[in-house]
Amino acid sequence: MIETQQSQPATSRGTTLRTEEMILNMGPQHPSTHGVLRLELVVDGEIVVDVIPHMGYLHRCFEKHAEAMTNYQQVVPYVDRMDYLSSMGNEFAYVVAAEKLLKIQVPERVDYIRVIMAELQRIASHQVAIGTYGIDIGAFTPFLFLFRDRERILDLIEEVCGARLLYNYFWIGGLSHDLPPGWVEKAKEFCAYLKPNITELNNLLTFNKIFIERTANVGVLPKDVAINYGCSGPMLRASGVDWDLRRDDPYSVYHKFDWQVSVGRGEVGTVGDCWDRNIVRVHEMEQSLRIIEQALEQIPEGNVQEKLPKRIMPVASEVYARTEAPRGELGFYIVSDGTGSPYRIKARGPSFVNLSVIAEISRGAMIADLVAILGSTDIVLGEVDR
Amino acid sequence: MNPAAEYFKGIYDGLHTALVGMGITFGHLFTKSVTVQYPDVKMKMPERARNRLYVNMDDCIGCDQCAKACPVDCITIKTIKSTPDVDLGMTSKNTKKRLYVPQFDIDIAKCCYCGLCTFPCPTECIKMTDVYEFSEYDRSNLLYSFATMTPSEIETAQLKLKKADEEAAAKKAEAAAAAKAAAEKKAAEAAANPTPAAATAPAAEKPAAPATPAAAPAPAKPAAAGSNGGAAQSAPKAAPAPETPATGSNGDAAAKKEQQPE
Amino acid sequence: MNQLLQSFFGDTLLTHIVMSALPLLFVLVCALVTIYVEMKMAAHMQDRVAYMRTGWHGTLQPFADILKLLQKEDIIPAAADKLLFMLAPYIVFIGTYAAFAALPFSSAYVGSSVDLGLFYIIAVSALVVIGILMAGWASNNKWSLFGAIRSASQIISYEIPAALAVLAVVMITGSLNMDAISKFQQGGVQNWLVFGGPLPIVQKLLLIPIMLTLAVIYYVCSMAEVNRTPFDIPEAESELVQGYNTEFTGMKFALFYLAEYANLFVVSAIAVVLFFGGWSSPFGSFMSGPVWDAFWFITKGMIFVCVNIWLRWTLPRLRVDQLMYVSWKVLVPFALVCVVLVGAIMVM
Repeated sequence: MIETQQSQPATSRGTTLRTEEMILNMGPQHPSTHGVLRLELVVDGEIVVDVIPHMGYLHRCFEKHAEAMTNYQQVVPYVDRMDYLSSMGNEFAYVVAAEKLLKIQVPERVDYIRVIMAELQRIASHQVAIGTYGIDIGAFTPFLFLFRDRERILDLIEEVCGARLLYNYFWIGGLSHDLPPGWVEKAKEFCAYLKPNITELNNLLTFNKIFIERTANVGVLPKDVAINYGCSGPMLRASGVDWDLRRDDPYSVYHKFDWQVSVGRGEVGTVGDCWDRNIVRVHEMEQSLRIIEQALEQIPEGNVQEKLPKRIMPVASEVYARTEAPRGELGFYIVSDGTGSPYRIKARGPSFVNLSVIAEISRGAMIADLVAILGSTDIVLGEVDR
Repeated sequence: MNPAAEYFKGIYDGLHTALVGMGITFGHLFTKSVTVQYPDVKMKMPERARNRLYVNMDDCIGCDQCAKACPVDCITIKTIKSTPDVDLGMTSKNTKKRLYVPQFDIDIAKCCYCGLCTFPCPTECIKMTDVYEFSEYDRSNLLYSFATMTPSEIETAQLKLKKADEEAAAKKAEAAAAAKAAAEKKAAEAAANPTPAAATAPAAEKPAAPATPAAAPAPAKPAAAGSNGGAAQSAPKAAPAPETPATGSNGDAAAKKEQQPE
Repeated sequence: MNQLLQSFFGDTLLTHIVMSALPLLFVLVCALVTIYVEMKMAAHMQDRVAYMRTGWHGTLQPFADILKLLQKEDIIPAAADKLLFMLAPYIVFIGTYAAFAALPFSSAYVGSSVDLGLFYIIAVSALVVIGILMAGWASNNKWSLFGAIRSASQIISYEIPAALAVLAVVMITGSLNMDAISKFQQGGVQNWLVFGGPLPIVQKLLLIPIMLTLAVIYYVCSMAEVNRTPFDIPEAESELVQGYNTEFTGMKFALFYLAEYANLFVVSAIAVVLFFGGWSSPFGSFMSGPVWDAFWFITKGMIFVCVNIWLRWTLPRLRVDQLMYVSWKVLVPFALVCVVLVGAIMVM
């Protein structure tokens, strides 16, 4: 139904022509809200005056479920399902927090395998992000090319742990399975396979003039706004802030690798626009390949299950640990009361925080731009709503 | 750069990148397709694939570890203790089965395919297979029951257990009553005959077992305990060992006591 | 063709009915073939194969699609403007189909060899805009309204450079009659207007870059007329669900679908007639004749349809204001300059 609203004083145009603003509902079922998100738009013609996100459609009471689990290991399948497109990232954050709580130091081989898996997952997650972003902009083909490559990653991971999307692979103190024989060679082959495909993606999508026109200078997120709102991950780095938890608050064995943090430089527009966010993700894919190759070379031998605790009985305390998930800073705050079951687990989801900045950066943009901005934020509703 | 140059550069860029893109897609017209024609062709699952659960009931010992490990509580197990005279067989790991499993239900609709149930199983009887085509029209068909006992077998087992429990309870009551009677008798005897119990006690229990040198220090234990142990021969069987300190003449009891400090 | 039919049926109503129904038959067949080709081309460009199960390699899939659309329930939103809602798809289809009357399929078959052929086609194609506006407004859906308004502004803006390109061709051939334009380019590839036409060599060489530019301009405008990517914001799936035809179901949606593919062929056919020789064979007199002419016409038309499909699956879509920018600030100036140059060359 066409509802109109009397124009607010801020948009009245004096005595010449009275215009009215329209309230439009984007979602919760909409092809480009990347999940069940309802965006209430107040538009003046084609210009967006205000965006009010309504979420919670995917709330599954993860934190309450975690309290009902009998031990910390059982929480891992739930953690998987938060940001379902990057499960290894979620698991990594959770086991880092749990091992901090239980004061377990895992063997080095476990750390290396975890880093390899997390980086593979980062590539897979960015492939989805860039592919769906292309579809939002109207380019349908790169999505299929990226998914074809993503299948190879999922095949690799399936050989190790048996699942393709929700893994339950990182265990507190170790891993559920060790790498099967021959896997390291296959992973190296994959790295060699992916490099020319990223170049092809750039030629097809990233440097396409129409794509640049649609995304450059759109949704500019200034540095200070990004920091004030608490954005993290590619959103923050695209705005020029050189901050990556893998380097600046290191965990696991990231300090042993030689790689670069990609920061937005405004090559084809302003620093912090949608194109920058996209190119930061593309560069992160390339850097993840570097990390994986180095890790595959350096991986030591060992038993991945030697430090698995028989019974998980922490001391009554609280910990907070954060990692660099593909979408930003994912943190877990665990409160333990000394029993085997968690007392309270709070997840700090990066997509939730990144989503809050949408209203700020899309005032004055057109509806087509809003779609571009929302796509570049790369939210996953599972993480926003938990 | 000046606006005119930007203008022409924009046009040139647009045409150039469009042609580059067209070249890429044209090239892909001639590459082989990466998809397979499912269901005519099915992809091979790797060895560790985690799909539908399967339980080999012959190996299940009813330990309930998988049900406890499940994060979504989709496994329901009920067990019935078996009586000592029944032989339930051995598992493939050569352990004796001691429990009947009349109910082993997995609600595969709830299962989250995490595999946490497969790790604690001592006999590896619950496994994740590579079957992924198990959709059903009716949701109740997704409640898988793996137990193989028929209702009559279950009833038989339950009755047997009930009977064994009753017998054991009866025996226990009898033993307790007999112990009580013996204690009363002893108390009456002690009241009637004021001789030291220590002299009579070892003599009464002599026929039980030869006194080993190791057993010698044992009779130093309190005499009441000695008389208690000697009075009722059946008592040591019913009563738990730590409760009655070993007596001198009862070699078993003495040996047990010696083991305790260890 | 007219003579052939008259020899069978005489100069009766039946002849005229058959003459005017032939393009309808062609439209239906062409639409089905185009749907199939689009599906398969898109799939192979994306490293996959499309439908394989309905018929051999999915050849019966377009029939299945049309049958599915026909048997769907015809839902009219309660608050929709009923008359406009029901008329809209038909007007769009009529606007598209009427252009077939002036297309010269072959030297022996033109629906109506009218001297204003080109002008008539441009005029009648504008009916499509009205139909789209009706569809968007009558749906009583904000998203449809957006799509319809965008479409109207887009089609109207892109008619200008298209008309200018057509003007240049008319200046060279001296006629608006489509049949005459095709005849003008007879005699082989070198006589095609995109290569300068059958003119003296000096003029021809000067004309070649200009005519190439104009051909590109016309083709780009034709993509905008048909609402195909990169100009498909009226139907931008990711923003507007389905744009102006969101609320249409069943037969009405099938008509929109059919009209889109028919329109696609029409504009490709016009590009072929104007610049690439119409029905004349590229080899001159070899492989020419009434039936061969039809073959060449349809083949060339389908080649341009395939190029259109190729572009659709390669390029992202332009935003509304960028679309306007391209039309008014890039295509119109270039087209104007080209028209002036063509005029100057023709006067030489």
